[in-house]
Amino acid sequence: MEPVEIANKIKEEFPTEVVEVKEFRGQVGITIKKNELPGIIRRLNASPEFDFDYLKDLCGVDYMNVKVPRFEVVYQLYSIRHGHMLRLNVQVSENSPTIASVTAVYSGANWHERECYDMFGIVFDNHPDLRRILLPEDWEGYPLRKDYPTAGTEEEWRGFKEVLLKAEEYKKYEWKK
Amino acid sequence: MIDTSLSLIDVEEGIKIIPGASTIITTADKIINWGRKSSIWPMTFGLACCAIEMMSTGASDYDLDRLGIIFRASPRQADCMIVAGTVTKKMAPVVRKVYDQMAEPKYVIAMGSCACTGNVYKVYSVVQGVDTFIPVDVYIPGCPPRPEALIGGIVKLQEVIAKERMRWSPLR
Repeated sequence: MEPVEIANKIKEEFPTEVVEVKEFRGQVGITIKKNELPGIIRRLNASPEFDFDYLKDLCGVDYMNVKVPRFEVVYQLYSIRHGHMLRLNVQVSENSPTIASVTAVYSGANWHERECYDMFGIVFDNHPDLRRILLPEDWEGYPLRKDYPTAGTEEEWRGFKEVLLKAEEYKKYEWKK
Repeated sequence: MIDTSLSLIDVEEGIKIIPGASTIITTADKIINWGRKSSIWPMTFGLACCAIEMMSTGASDYDLDRLGIIFRASPRQADCMIVAGTVTKKMAPVVRKVYDQMAEPKYVIAMGSCACTGNVYKVYSVVQGVDTFIPVDVYIPGCPPRPEALIGGIVKLQEVIAKERMRWSPLR
């Protein structure tokens, strides 16, 4: 089935949820609201005509000062049997950055959602183990948000401050040239 | 018996041979530093792409064994740490801990621009040079440095070791 047909079918079935269908150079993306995400994902995954059995990627996007709502979570779906692809852009607002987890359908989304939480602070409901995955667990802030300072916050991470203090303390044991 | 009528032969500054007696006279500094610089055992501490270059320097093409360098996987057996690659703030406590576990005398080579200064990564997660928390003896710039550059850095470290005075003595 052509991706455009799939997109239109989804639009028919969930008319209130689909915001827009976009096509660019044969790649089709659907922008949807987050409320019915589990239903749409299950529909795309379970029905044999679509058969999206493979989640290629899941990532977050921050559209600060560009779009409202501010965040989007992007799902790249692929069907191994049919070989067709579809992109889902799910809108997430700044005030309540939560979205349903898709780990029940795609267990591989587990770490992707953890990364998205780590970098953007988007909370995935019903995720089995939502912890930071790349940064230290006591890190403050979400670095890929556009309002996060690139060179780091003024307040240094606790763990690194401890290392600097330790280095200062152990200087007396160093060999002096 | 030693023929005392013959005078000592100067081999090099500070090294003399007693002819006919198979004896060399030198200072403790000279012989200890010579031993140290000829058998630098570095610890494998690869953190990023520089580690690939470090590995190829250790492999047969460049062959670090000919400089007496044998990579050790344990800090307890090593006396030089080659910090090869980008050090993140999350990794910094580990680098420091491994450095503290090494026995004296210990040396640090900062390999690559990331380990020297942080390179282009002036970002929230990267340490701006390992010398912020461990003392570095030799800096090797490059992104990544070629094996020749690493060997050059090791030879520089050998020069540093050769110049040391009384590092073996607690009395200094």
